[in-house]
Amino acid sequence: MTDAEASARPVSITACPDGPLLVRGDLALLDEHGAPIEPNRRTFALCRCGASAVRPFCDGSHKLVGFRTGPPPRTPAVTYEDEEWRGTTG
Amino acid sequence: MTITAERRLTDARMRPMALPEPRGPITAALIEVLTGPEHASVGDLALAATEGLAASVDPLIDDDVQLALFLMYELHYGGLEGVSDSWEWDPRLLAVRGPIEREFEEALRHSVRQPVAVRDVPEALFALVGDDDSPSLSGFVERDATADQAREILACRSIYTLKEADPHSWAIPRLHGRAKSALVEIQADEYGGGRPDRLHATIFARAMRGAGLDDRYGAYADHVPVEVYTSMNLMSLFGLHRRLRGAIVGHLAAYEMTSSLPCRAYANGLRRLGFGEDVADYFDEHVEADAVHEQLAARDLAGALAEEEPQLARDILFGASACLTVDGRLWGGLRERFERGESALRRPL
Repeated sequence: MTDAEASARPVSITACPDGPLLVRGDLALLDEHGAPIEPNRRTFALCRCGASAVRPFCDGSHKLVGFRTGPPPRTPAVTYEDEEWRGTTG
Repeated sequence: MTITAERRLTDARMRPMALPEPRGPITAALIEVLTGPEHASVGDLALAATEGLAASVDPLIDDDVQLALFLMYELHYGGLEGVSDSWEWDPRLLAVRGPIEREFEEALRHSVRQPVAVRDVPEALFALVGDDDSPSLSGFVERDATADQAREILACRSIYTLKEADPHSWAIPRLHGRAKSALVEIQADEYGGGRPDRLHATIFARAMRGAGLDDRYGAYADHVPVEVYTSMNLMSLFGLHRRLRGAIVGHLAAYEMTSSLPCRAYANGLRRLGFGEDVADYFDEHVEADAVHEQLAARDLAGALAEEEPQLARDILFGASACLTVDGRLWGGLRERFERGESALRRPL
């Protein structure tokens, strides 16, 4: 794609629950000296838990450190159809 | 080597794959039919399949059943060397494949737990993946594996990874709106985002060469254990049947959601063992890529599909659960064999 076409992509940032910031669109990502950081993909994820080993990008570490963007739910998110006859409660 | 020259070399070496050795009466009859005269009878094959299925204790770990299914599916991908392309849609061959697929799906429905979303599908997917307690092969590679064991893992991965993302692409024309857009966003990245040298399958081929392995598709078809074919066939079954579009979407979500952190461990392990950057590159790429893909796959793909077609929610979660179960057995099984000091392969590399 040409620069002109790329500049037509609007920027959006999606805050993923318990996860990274998902960035789309044409924008400059810079380090503290103003040098460009190449994301290597059109849609990229920025770390917001601080635990990533590839900052500023996300590497999934938020799952290891139990990062949460809201209070944890009081009930499980998933159950199993066979739970009753297996006698487990998940 | 220039990128163009490398690409030409890689493409030429990829397909179609050489026919493997049979692993029982079904594959023996299948290979005879596929390499014989086109209008010869398939009666012996149909009989071998019927008898083979009836005798199979567990189709999920039956070498003959899984290899037969893999070869029939391969006609839809890169094809088989010396086999006419016309077999792909030959009704006689599809009539043999149908009962094998039914037994396969029945065995899956019986042995894979069916999850139910308490609130929404994305949240359930994250919980499902978080609860998965399959033994980790990546952690073993990071700390304990030998270089030979790492090569065995690459050989086992090659059956899927040299055509990485392809089985999920079958779903694209079967989805609409947000779900379709999300799947294409993920697949575009899998296919290099317009850069042929960054196709994930091509990066993996480079990793294989860097590790001293043969990167031709199917080069290790006779080496790999049955669980490799079960894992591949699971994706093809889900991908090739529109009825199972929920399951292939759930499979992709679970696959992407269990990739980033293990890939970092693989990359660390490969560097510890002294493999070059060309080998670690494939795993480095997936640390960042799959941290993005897991969000897209769980929320924009699976979440949107469950909203647009709520009746598919059950299969989305089944596909994810099947991915965790089948791949957990495959990679956990490799780890167990390595820990016993055994090879994971049927013959040495």
